[in-house]
Amino acid sequence: MLSGRRVVLALALAVFAVPAHAATIQIVMQDLVVAPAEVSAKVGDTIEWVNKDVFAHTATARNGDFDVNLPPKKTVTSVLNKAGTVEYYCRFHPNMKAVLKIAP
Amino acid sequence: MFLRLSVAIAALSLLSSAAMAQAAKPSDPQIAHIAYTAGVIDINAAKQALSKASKKEVKAFAQDMVRDHEAVNKQALDLVKKLKVTPEDNDTSKTLSKQAADKLAELKKLQGAEYDKAYVANEVAYHKAVNSALETQLIPSANNAELKSLLQTGLKIFQGHQQHAEQVAASLK
Repeated sequence: MLSGRRVVLALALAVFAVPAHAATIQIVMQDLVVAPAEVSAKVGDTIEWVNKDVFAHTATARNGDFDVNLPPKKTVTSVLNKAGTVEYYCRFHPNMKAVLKIAP
Repeated sequence: MFLRLSVAIAALSLLSSAAMAQAAKPSDPQIAHIAYTAGVIDINAAKQALSKASKKEVKAFAQDMVRDHEAVNKQALDLVKKLKVTPEDNDTSKTLSKQAADKLAELKKLQGAEYDKAYVANEVAYHKAVNSALETQLIPSANNAELKSLLQTGLKIFQGHQQHAEQVAASLK
C-alpha cells in the first residue's frame, strides 16, 4: 500500500520533472525590425535569435532578465529560465522593441 | 556655452535646409554623396570622441557610431558600385562637411565632462537634422528603388542612434 503510493508519487514527480516538450522559437531581426513583435513561450523554451542585418543588435530585457548580444548576420540561442511578460529592446537602436510572454 | 551650442545647431538646421532647398530635387548620385558624407561626418566625430571622451558610456556610444556608420557606408559603396553610379559632390555635401569641420574644431577645445555633454548634445542634434533631411528630401527624391530602400534602413538606424544619444545625454545630467 505504502510502496504503491510511493510509485504514484514517483510517477507524478517524473511528469513534473520533464517539461512538456521545450520548444525552439525563432525571432528575426531584419532591417531594424523585430519579428514577431510579440511571442508567447514557456520557461525552458529556446529562443533562436536570428540577426539578418549587417548591424550588431542586442535583445535586452527592460527588467534585466536577459541581455543577448547579436553580432551581424549571426544566429544566437538562449534558453528562457524565468516566467513573466518581458519587454525587450536593442541597446544600440532603442527604437527596436518587442515583447516575450513567458509562461511558467 | 549651451546658448552658443543651440545657436550653432539652429544655424546648422537653417543652413542645411537652405542648401537642400537650393538643390530642389537632388539626383541619385547627389543623394548617394550626401548620405555617404553624412556618415563620414559622424564617424569623424566619433573618432574624436574615442580619444577625448571621459565617460565610459560616451565612449561606448562613439564606438557604436563608428561600427554602424561604417556598416551603412559599406553598403552604400557596394550599392553605387553595383548600380554603376558615381556619387556626385554638391552644395549640400559641401555645406555639411564645412559645418562638421567647424563643429569638430569647436569640440576639440573642450575637455572632460564639458566635452562629453557637448559631443552627445551635438549627436542628438545632428541625427535629428540628418533624419529630417532623409525623411523630407532624400528618400522622397530617390529614384532608384534599392537606393531608396537603403536610405529607409539608414533612417531607422539613425532614429535608433538619436534615441540612444538622447538616453546617453539624459544619463550625463
